[in-house]
Amino acid sequence: MKYYATMLNEKGVVAVDDTILVKDAPSTAGSRMLEGFKPLFSAEAVKRLEEKGYLVAGKTHVGEFGLDLVGEFSYYNKANESEKLYGAAAQAVADNNVKYALSVDMNGSARRAAMLSGVSFLKPTYGTVSRYGVISCAASGEQIGVCAKDCDGIAEIMSVIAGNDTKDGTSLKDTSYEYKTDADIKGAKVAIVKELLDKASDDVKESVYAYAEELKDQGVTVEEISLDIFDTANTAWQILMCAETCNNVSRYDGVKFGHRSDTYKNIDELYVNSRTEGFNFLTKAVILYGSDVLSKNRYADCYDKALRIRRVVADKIKEVLSTYDALLTPVCSKTEYVAYDIKDAFKKVYDESVFTCVPNLIGTPAISTNKVQLMGAHLTESKLLSIAKLGERKGE
Amino acid sequence: MNFELVIGLETHVELNTESKIFCSCGGHSSPQEPNDCVCPACAGMPGMLPVMNKRVVELAVTAGLMLNCEISRYTTFDKKNYYYPDLPCAYQITQLNHPICTNGLVKVKTADGERDIRIKQIHMEEDAGKLVHGGNSSFVDFNRTSVPLIEIVSQPDFRSAEEVVTYLGKLKSMFKSTGISECEEGAMRCDVNISVREAGTTEFGVRTEIKNMSSFEAIERAIRYEAQRHMDAIEFETEELVQETRRFDDVSGKTFAMRNKETEADYRYFPDPNLMPIVIDDEWLEQIKANKPVALDEKAEAYAEAGISDKEIAMLMSEHTIAKLLDDVVALGCNAKDAAAWILTDCAGILRKAGKKLKELSITADGLSYLIKLVDSGKLNRGAAKKTLIAVIEDGADVEKFVEEQGFLVEVDNSQIEAVIDKAIEANPQAVADYKAGKEKALMAIFGACMKELKGSGDPATIRTMLIEKLKG
Repeated sequence: MKYYATMLNEKGVVAVDDTILVKDAPSTAGSRMLEGFKPLFSAEAVKRLEEKGYLVAGKTHVGEFGLDLVGEFSYYNKANESEKLYGAAAQAVADNNVKYALSVDMNGSARRAAMLSGVSFLKPTYGTVSRYGVISCAASGEQIGVCAKDCDGIAEIMSVIAGNDTKDGTSLKDTSYEYKTDADIKGAKVAIVKELLDKASDDVKESVYAYAEELKDQGVTVEEISLDIFDTANTAWQILMCAETCNNVSRYDGVKFGHRSDTYKNIDELYVNSRTEGFNFLTKAVILYGSDVLSKNRYADCYDKALRIRRVVADKIKEVLSTYDALLTPVCSKTEYVAYDIKDAFKKVYDESVFTCVPNLIGTPAISTNKVQLMGAHLTESKLLSIAKLGERKGE
Repeated sequence: MNFELVIGLETHVELNTESKIFCSCGGHSSPQEPNDCVCPACAGMPGMLPVMNKRVVELAVTAGLMLNCEISRYTTFDKKNYYYPDLPCAYQITQLNHPICTNGLVKVKTADGERDIRIKQIHMEEDAGKLVHGGNSSFVDFNRTSVPLIEIVSQPDFRSAEEVVTYLGKLKSMFKSTGISECEEGAMRCDVNISVREAGTTEFGVRTEIKNMSSFEAIERAIRYEAQRHMDAIEFETEELVQETRRFDDVSGKTFAMRNKETEADYRYFPDPNLMPIVIDDEWLEQIKANKPVALDEKAEAYAEAGISDKEIAMLMSEHTIAKLLDDVVALGCNAKDAAAWILTDCAGILRKAGKKLKELSITADGLSYLIKLVDSGKLNRGAAKKTLIAVIEDGADVEKFVEEQGFLVEVDNSQIEAVIDKAIEANPQAVADYKAGKEKALMAIFGACMKELKGSGDPATIRTMLIEKLKG
């Protein structure tokens, strides 16, 4: 897969994914619908990095609106058949093309990509990093996160980009946050979630257990627990995500900017033809699903119920994480993906999201590291990073 | 058959704020060119997030207080989805589940007395843009996009077109006089829900909605036409009434059904995740209450209590600046009823002769109160006061200077008054005898003689007291 950016500077070169706006650079969210769209301003996170002397050197491909597994369905960079799939941002970090990358984590694609490329990605607590300048889809759960080779790199970049932004009404109040990788984690307890492990392949299970052994060697208590909320949480998140995405991409109608069909005789045809040509199959599926769950007949049973489930899941996770410092889970069911038909994408993404949905649904942080995932309670990034750093020593 | 009209109103009012509801674009400034007043946020570009304009909340709460509403302490925004080229995001941010104000009441004066119109709710929302059609193309102007609106939803409490127009006039003067809205052409728009039923029954008839009218005249004509159409349909079975949305055609004076496609939309409302719920705490509410300007109808009550006539109140209500002049003069210590007479009789008379309108009255509150106080204390007679007013109104003279230059001020010597009183008593023996026999009215004859002799100078109250003392003495 292709990606850009090879310049160097002292602080480190950063790539941002194509759902994050960079002033005057084409910003398309991987969609034909936004072909040639150049924003008038940069995202707040980009601005903060540049102010601190980081070089934002280029943009990495994403799957259309970040809805796919790891970026395989970008309009600009389609995966070849039988090719192994990688996420562009994570692979750019793995290949040392850039030191860091920013990606939007809405449905786990950035965490999966980090796993495939053997790097780390932190999806921080909702509200810590401004979403100003993110091509928004699922506003209630998407968050800019950081990809780097190690936890120290993530902590460094997070310290720069996190903090209140008045341009984002969902931004948390604190103006800055401290991210450490050497927090006091003496006596830390981590729980392996049985239900998620059962959904993964044997080699994934193996890597989780191996990681658990590594943590135990470093003095961390690891226990296996049963927590049967992930299927429900996934359904809830897919409902909310599809509904919000459907609503947010409705602005791409061919009237103002982005792709407009050449063939139309009236406004209805302009809408229908532009959107038919501009969106891929997966986005269309999400739009249909999202429209359905918001419709009058279904709202109470789907959308409203999903909001209630969000609360129940948040309470349950909070309860579990009052006993444990983190949950240890797989990031996805397999260790690699190969190219597949886009018509299967909706189901595939749905199935894989069961591992990643909870942090998006309830706004908690999660880190994809060493091919496993650690989930923590709100604003416990330093604890997560510090535990993850213990795991990094593996093989030293 | 005797019919009764049942009408409910949804009134959209453009709020008078410096910036738009969710971005910092100038909200109410009148841009000259299309798309002059647009930023990436209100143009619906990706990456932008709505940020609540606090002033909108305050104005909406103020409007709610004026309409006697309950103010919600917790209020949220929802997204309403529909496609139209003048709606850049293809959704409108509005309030469905937790509107800012609920359960209000407006009193409307009608021919049959005062009627209560209940307000179901007031909610905040953003306006849409505007389409301009020309040749084979249509153009989109986003200047109006995201301009803040409140929508005031009434209960179906209106029973006639007159009531509707009176109510709208009341809202308009209320919002305009307090600066909540400029209420310019098109800044107040109405959807009218109308049904007809047999008088005395309680079941509602088939309801139709007439959308988006901004002139009071059109609203009145539309209601009359639509009501007649309903009555004919019921009484003479001219057609079958269906619940539908209609538009009023100004030229033909008729209403027409809109296409189903436009009306049977499912707006797929859902809570806006980008806007956190707004909590209005005691402190904020008290602050808004303290800053709430006094609406004209509240003033009207105060005027009536002060003894100002209905006719005079109506004149004051029609001119915001004149009402303010009166308030200021009263605040400077003058009697409200007297001051109203000075403004609406004396000043208005001079203006009329000069071919000017009441609102062109240029006298300052300081000047007028100075004049009134001089007259009350007897230091200036009425004739001189009138001359002063003429000079002020016609030539823009300064009250204090003019009075001094003209030497109008009279220092009244009490010994002179005493002499005049003695003379009057002597000249009116019959009246003196009558008064002493208990006929209070007889006093006026002697008093009148005194005043005549003094040619209007001297404080009437003082003269009267001196006269009574003398007679009793």
